[in-house]
Amino acid sequence: MPTFLFWFFALLTLVFGAGVIINRNPVASALSLVVSFLGLAALFMSLDAFFLGIIQVLVYAGAIMVLFLFIIMLLDLRAEKLRRINWIAFCGGAVVAFAFLVQIFRVVGDFKLARQTFPPLAKSTIDDVHSIGLLLFSNYNLPFQIIGIVVLVATIGVVVLSKREVQ
Amino acid sequence: MVTLGDYLIVSGILFTIGFAGVMLRRNIIIILMALELMLNAANLSLVAFSRFRVNSAGVPNYNAQVFVFFIITVAAAEVAVGLAIIVALYRARQTTHVEDINTLKF
Repeated sequence: MPTFLFWFFALLTLVFGAGVIINRNPVASALSLVVSFLGLAALFMSLDAFFLGIIQVLVYAGAIMVLFLFIIMLLDLRAEKLRRINWIAFCGGAVVAFAFLVQIFRVVGDFKLARQTFPPLAKSTIDDVHSIGLLLFSNYNLPFQIIGIVVLVATIGVVVLSKREVQ
Repeated sequence: MVTLGDYLIVSGILFTIGFAGVMLRRNIIIILMALELMLNAANLSLVAFSRFRVNSAGVPNYNAQVFVFFIITVAAAEVAVGLAIIVALYRARQTTHVEDINTLKF
């Protein structure tokens, strides 16, 4: 992938990711989250992870975001009214986040392998669906079954939570 | 050329955006969205390391990609349960603002 495409999609992901927490209107936040996830899917594909890129678009930008928008519209949330901001808590949170960012930059800067480019692959076309599927059904068979149980439990939990109590 | 560090920096900045969202925003739905951003930032660095660790046959290390697959599945279940809790909370309190929900506050 050309270098400028990487920077384009990285910038798209970061700018719209920042838009999620800057927007006051929840619908605008949800829509910028969709664009951010699409940019992230493009970054996955630039790393030759085509299966995960497709899954990212289908599951995150498709299913999860529809769920978010559905709930926002169901609850009829308007843009937040400006409340009195607790400035001490706000500054504390900003300082912690900034310190975290500085720490990440320091760690990546000290990490020698981070300056290397990616090694070439043997073939230009790779069958990553085949390899991931083979791993899922051999090495990771037990976790795969456990994840099925987790999804089942989540489904039952959601039904129980949204059931209206009978008076 | 794009290095491994570039992907790690992008992933770190995305994680920090999500972290700042959790710390600074007071709307519970936005907090859930910021959590999703943090999960995705971790996914990005996992995929970058998977592409970086090419074995002698010239194939990426797919263990990390299987891990990302599991993270996406768990995140989908988590969002479904979280949004159901928010709906139940809204039905009881008519608010999604975290400062209005302080019954358990010590």
